[in-house]
Parts: sequence; structure tokens; C-alpha cells
Amino acid sequence: MRKPDLSVNLAGITLRNPVMTASGTFGYGEEFSEYLDLEKIGAIITKGLSLRPRAGNPMPRIVETPGGMLNAIGLQNVGIDAFIEKKVPFLRTISTPVIVNFFGNTVEEYADLAARLDAVPEVAGVEVNISCPNVKHGGIVFGTDPKAASSVVGAVRRATTKPLIVKLSPNVTDIVEMAQACAEAGADVLSLINTITGMAIDLKSRRPALANVTGGLSGPAVKPVALRMVWQVSRAVKLPVIGIGGITTATDALEFLVAGATAVQVGTANFMAPDASQRIAEDMERYLRENGIADVKELIGSLRV
Amino acid sequence: MHFKSVVVSNLEISPGYRRIRLTAPRGIMEAKPGQFVMVKVRDGVDPLLRRPFCIYDVGTFSLEYPDTPRRYYLEILYKVVGKGTLILSYLHERDSIDILAPLGNGFTIGEPEEEKLLVGGGFGLAPLYFLARRLVNASPVKVFIGGRRKEDVLCVTEFEQLGIDTYVATDDGTLGARGLVTEVLEEHLSLEGKRRAVFACGPEPMLRAVARMCAKYGIRCQVSLEATMACGLGACLGCVVKGASHDEKAPDYRCVCKEGPVFDTTELLWDDEAGSEVRP
Repeated sequence: MRKPDLSVNLAGITLRNPVMTASGTFGYGEEFSEYLDLEKIGAIITKGLSLRPRAGNPMPRIVETPGGMLNAIGLQNVGIDAFIEKKVPFLRTISTPVIVNFFGNTVEEYADLAARLDAVPEVAGVEVNISCPNVKHGGIVFGTDPKAASSVVGAVRRATTKPLIVKLSPNVTDIVEMAQACAEAGADVLSLINTITGMAIDLKSRRPALANVTGGLSGPAVKPVALRMVWQVSRAVKLPVIGIGGITTATDALEFLVAGATAVQVGTANFMAPDASQRIAEDMERYLRENGIADVKELIGSLRV
Repeated sequence: MHFKSVVVSNLEISPGYRRIRLTAPRGIMEAKPGQFVMVKVRDGVDPLLRRPFCIYDVGTFSLEYPDTPRRYYLEILYKVVGKGTLILSYLHERDSIDILAPLGNGFTIGEPEEEKLLVGGGFGLAPLYFLARRLVNASPVKVFIGGRRKEDVLCVTEFEQLGIDTYVATDDGTLGARGLVTEVLEEHLSLEGKRRAVFACGPEPMLRAVARMCAKYGIRCQVSLEATMACGLGACLGCVVKGASHDEKAPDYRCVCKEGPVFDTTELLWDDEAGSEVRP
């Protein structure tokens, strides 16, 4: 059999395969370059950027939980100026599309950042984070109210010509309502899910395991929730969907495609093995070949209910 | 490097403490004392994350058959403290595990004519043995080993075999001096004459005491820190400590995996007694 076609298109961004790295789990790409071939994955999504550098939350910031981990990093990042000056030169050396995740404290900051990134030719697309659960501003306020989400997405849409991905929070009653609000406001693609708010307690000290008290749950433990939401959203909204949540194997990734996702993001698995995304893409190709599937797009939304 | 490793041996060296020898590629010989490894103790999602360990030693060995090539190994000294280290303790010869190594920055060796004072508590001795092996041929070296009880005093024989003067203190006096290892250290720091450098690894209260003492005597001190981390590569940002200029308004966080795990004590903030960043 011929080499199967793994390429997918996300609002004009052509990915050689559907496997992307999730924001916050892959640094700015360079940190992992020694451990995998960045030319073998679909796209890189960089750590969430803000206008100014952010120091993040106090320690402890992470704790392992059964089948997952909680984090409350607090959006520590270098800020857009350092990103353009220090991180973009490396990203220029690879052909894999680079998608920049970003967030603001206000609608105006979101629009400012979008406009700044619009002028950076190395940026193939942007992912708007309206869903970080670990800071008061910078996301979750906008990610849990459809009207607020709509105003942020609308402002970003007016500020950028690049493909616009909106990353949704699962910490809502009705994910479809949020997805529809973002779609109507001008999103090109929806990515979901961000982490699920959770907490862990150390009984001995009766203290929270994280200094922030609550954190975001990620890893295999969240996969069933993510699959359900991807299925619901991809049925209800015409936009392409990126599935995120506990993907550690090609089987996991393919399940998201069957549920309706056009592409996937690998997150926590990058911590388990820095080459996880490349391995998942390679195993995906092997699956297609072994099952006589010529084009990965045949699987998208192929769930038999 | 990212490699699959085979267990060569996994021995209890004192109750609750073990030393595991693992095969490694030739590149492991480039590792510097103070650098660390991330170990996935078994495949799958439980435990989910890798565990960080200092490198205790690297070297070569031969299998006991004629004409077999020399192989390279790395060793880790660890205490069984939780699920990850418990699983590690169950591994047998020829079991396979997955390793990232070497990671982070090692100790800066400094001038050979300086007297090198190594201070460790519990399994904090791990990076100091590797360091001592590098130092001992060029510099005078003394090592100060602390522990709660005599079972917690590790590697005395190994250091003595290197010909290094070894000083021991235990909280309960079951081995060496009764009291804190830092009290023994101070007697040597206060001696007249020599230029000195201090290298320390162990529980955070010990490191804080050593940092304060070295500041008092004007002696350069490097510490190797332990922290909970997910990636070990500077991406998750889960393992930060407070830098020297840290305050609420202008936070100064340093990434233990990427900017450390070895820091000069003057780079860090040490006055925080309660909200300790570093897990002893």
C-alpha cells in the first residue's frame, strides 16, 4: 500500500500530520529539539504569551494525581518582546508550522497581542487562551461566559489576519454554547479541552498540595471528558476542532479524530517522554497502513452511534 | 540523551537507601557532577511522570565473559520515599527503564589549590560522591556527612576508599559526633589559612545553615537542589525556586532543572523559613 495521507488543513494551515504539541507542555520548541525531530510533527504551539513577562505562581506548582497531574504554574512566560527577540530565531529554522498561544488581562490586551503577532511572519496562526483556570485574569473570566468570550474573540478577529484558534475551557455547564459564541465571533478553529479545575490535599499537614490551592488537571484522567466535549462541539459547530486531553498514544489520538476532531494536541505526554508527539504521529501512520486507510481524513467524525 | 537502560544491579546500601546501576550510552561519560537524570520507572501511566535523581557515579564495566566490550553505566543513590522510588526498588537485573540524561548544570570545580569541603545529608550525598571522585586527585578534599541516625549516614566507606577525610554527625549520636553536621563543618570553616570552597546537597534546613555559614566566612558555596518537576527540560516551569532578588512585587523565580539544579548560594533567597520551595 502507498504511504497514507496524514495531512490535514486547519483554516489554511497545512499540517503534515494531525499531531500538535499543546501550549505549556513544550516550551518554545527548542527545549525539546534534542529529543525528537520537530519536522515529524504537525505543528508546535508555544507556551502562552502575555504582553509583559509573567513570573507565575508560588511553589509548589505541580502535583501528580492518579492518571494525571495538577498544575498551577500561573502562566509564567517571557512576554512577547523576548519571544520575538529570543525564541522566534530558532522557530524560523524549522518548517513545521508554529502557532502562538496568548492571553491578556483585558479585551484590549488580547487585541494588542493579536496585532503584534499578526506582524510576525514566522507565526502560522494564533491560539487564544480564554481558559486558564489558574489566574484571576488571563483567561477563565472570558472562558466561562459566552458574552465575554464573544467580545474577546471578536476583538482578536479584528486585529489579526492569521488563522484564529480559540482554546476552550471545560469548566463550564454548556460547552456547546461557548463554542457557538466563539464561532459566531469569528474563530476559525476551536481547540478543547484546557485543564479541568481540581485540587489535591496533603492529609498529614492538612494543606493543599499546590500553593495556589486549586490547579488544572491534565493527563489520561481527563480523556473521557475531553472526548465527550469534542464529540458534542464537533457535531454542533461547523468549524474544525482540535482535540486535547490525555492523549498518550496514537490510539488515543485516533479516537479523538473519530469523535470529530480534525487534529489533536499532545500535552502532558510530552513530560512522560519528550518524543511522545513524534511517536504518536508515527504510530498513527502505521495504524492507517495496517488498516488500509489511505487518508486520515476518512476517520474524522466517523463515529458510529 | 534519551535511552532505554538495563538494570545491572540494585542494592540496598543502608535500610531504606539503595544504589542502582544502569547501562548507558558512551555519552554518559561526559556527565558532570551535579547533573541529574529523569527516570520513567515503568512504562504506562502509573506513575505518570518521570522522577529526577542526581547522578551518583558513571563509569565502565565488563560482563563476565571473555572478549565482551566494555559497557558504560550510570549509578543513582536513592531513598524509598514514595511510589516512584518503591517501584524502582523492585527492579531486578536485566529489567529495562527509560532515562533522560544528563540534565541541568553541574558544579563549578573552581581552583585546584582551594580546599574543597563537601557537605551532605542523607541521600544528598549522591552528587557529592561523583564530585569527590573528580576533585580528589587535584585538590585537598574533606567530606561532612550528616544523618538523623547511623542508618542515614551514607557512603562513608566509599569516601574513605578515595582517601578523603570524612567527618560524620548524627542527630542521636549513633555515629560520629552528636549534633548537626553543619556544626562540625563550621569548625573547619573557621580555621585560619586556606582558601576554601563548599559544595552542599541535602535537606533544606541544612542547606540554609550552610549558606548562612559560608556567607559569614566569605566562602563560595554551591548547592544542589531537589524539586518536584514534570519535564526536567525547562518546559513545564513546575520546579522554580526564589532567586536572590525575589519579592512579591518583582518575583524572581529560577528553574531548578534548567538554571540549576546547582546554584551558587548567592543566587538564591534564603531567608524564607516557612514557605519552603525546596523539598528536603
